[in-house]
Amino acid sequence: MNALTPHLPALQVIVPMLMAPFVVLLRARSLPWAAATATSLLAFAIAIQLTMIVIGGTPMTYQMGSWAAPYGIELHVDALTALLLLLVTGASSVALIGGRESLAAIISEDREPLFFAAWLLALAGMAGIVVSGDAFNIFVFMEISSLASYVLVAGGPDRRALPATFKYLIMGTIGATFYLIGVGLIYMMTGTLNLADMELRVHEVADQKPILAAAGFITVGLALKAAIFPLHVWLPNAYTYAPHIVTAFLAACATKVSLYVLLRFDFFVFQQNLIGHEFQFAAYLMPLAILGILVGSAVAMFERNIKRMLAFSSVAQIGYMMLGASLVTATGLTAATLHMFNHALAKGGLFLAIAAVAMVVAGSRLSDIAGQARRMPWTFAALVVAGLSLIGIPGTAGFISKWYLINAALELETGGVALVALILVSSLMAVVYIWRIVEAAYFGEPTSDEPARVPMALVVILWAVAIANIGFGIAPELPLALSATAADILLGHVQ
Amino acid sequence: MDILGIYHYWVFAILLMIGFYAVIAKLNLIKKLIGLSLFQAAVFLLYITMGNVEGASAPIFGYGAETFSNPLPQVLILTAIVVGISTMALGLGLVVRIKEEYGSIEEDEIQEMDRR
Repeated sequence: MNALTPHLPALQVIVPMLMAPFVVLLRARSLPWAAATATSLLAFAIAIQLTMIVIGGTPMTYQMGSWAAPYGIELHVDALTALLLLLVTGASSVALIGGRESLAAIISEDREPLFFAAWLLALAGMAGIVVSGDAFNIFVFMEISSLASYVLVAGGPDRRALPATFKYLIMGTIGATFYLIGVGLIYMMTGTLNLADMELRVHEVADQKPILAAAGFITVGLALKAAIFPLHVWLPNAYTYAPHIVTAFLAACATKVSLYVLLRFDFFVFQQNLIGHEFQFAAYLMPLAILGILVGSAVAMFERNIKRMLAFSSVAQIGYMMLGASLVTATGLTAATLHMFNHALAKGGLFLAIAAVAMVVAGSRLSDIAGQARRMPWTFAALVVAGLSLIGIPGTAGFISKWYLINAALELETGGVALVALILVSSLMAVVYIWRIVEAAYFGEPTSDEPARVPMALVVILWAVAIANIGFGIAPELPLALSATAADILLGHVQ
Repeated sequence: MDILGIYHYWVFAILLMIGFYAVIAKLNLIKKLIGLSLFQAAVFLLYITMGNVEGASAPIFGYGAETFSNPLPQVLILTAIVVGISTMALGLGLVVRIKEEYGSIEEDEIQEMDRR
């Protein structure tokens, strides 16, 4: 197309990263927000371009500084990468466009440049994790995005945001360090950090024990980062006390990025090379996925704080993604990657709606929103649409991925019916907790009846997300094509 | 099998566990951070020692050395040390803010205050 096209994978990371220090220098009111939003939209445009290039199934690689792989750092974009890039940049853009007033209410004016710089660094870090094809480079980007998101979470108005961030920092650092140990062990045995090169060399290693240990360290480390049950304890508080808009951004993509790295390591590097690894991957992660689904949904049913309820629901949804991946079939992996996309739409929409509601009422407990649907009909209507998508009602995006997940479970020779029952039961649990929000909002006694003013931009963007939930439920071709190609790529490395 | 011949792995494992223990068991937030720092330092040692070749010199040509140590792990760890410092700075900054807000840096006291 033009001269910049081959450089898009690098630009995806570099544009937000270079804009971050620039944003720090902007002092006028709203300018930092405008610059961050524009950068985020530009990154989204780059992600769309990349998606159009790789959707056919041919991956795109980029040698950083023209140093050839495996010695130089290689960037690698395929269908799975493109899906994640769309999620990360899309979530960031949507949250920023809608979040101006909501953030201005929480972040003082003199801190705004720093806050938006941290936002861009988080964006650059996550995009970097996704495009990088180098194990150590992934670690560095992981820490860039984590450090930046600690800052974002700590910006929450409640003082409880601080201990929550501290916990997030401790657990995040332990996760990243575990990952680092695993990468070190692999490097020791293979002498390479390039993922593609690693894949070839790992099975030439005579003594597989260090590689097995590395697989353990990397899986546990990334499971911590991805909040896979029972390593999810940092997530509920971090999501609850972060600024609402930050929650919408992080809930849509942060854990999924780590899950993506986990999938890439398990399928690209370890899968074909370790004896019995296919069995181990499923055998260890499937029970955790099932427990995560049940415990996350059950806790969400009894939670009174809406943000915390939705955070526990996230733990359950991560369980769905793991369940799909742990089946190690084409349909299962399609369901897992598709659910990453659809869950981001549904949960992003829900948290944006919470952000809109929080502009009017203080607090995010169920009792705080009693009867508020009469004051904010549009906001709550969008919340209901996103909620239906989270439950998986036909006609919404959430239904498509659950449908694929059920199909994948039915392909199993044994235990498939039990998994389907599990998925149905946890969907019913989702009906319960979404209904509790609806019940409080629509049938509770309001404190006042006058219509409340919610920022127009937020309502518009909220409805854009709600319509996307319905749109991708009726016409799911794009995410479906990406996930199916992604599943093929992942499985292609197993044989 | 020469167990002490690979003593640096023992140093790595013991240091790692001391750090990990402190992170989990200590209630004082500063002590937790010290533990985290030890935990990371252990991993730095793992990387640096793995690149060393016995009797080898630094990888500089033309000084008569025959064998060279691998410099790459040290370069990697330089980056990881920077990451560790940033994490520590951010962690300490958070502890300062927690002390300002709660007047305590003991985890159990903070939890007690939040429960009320």
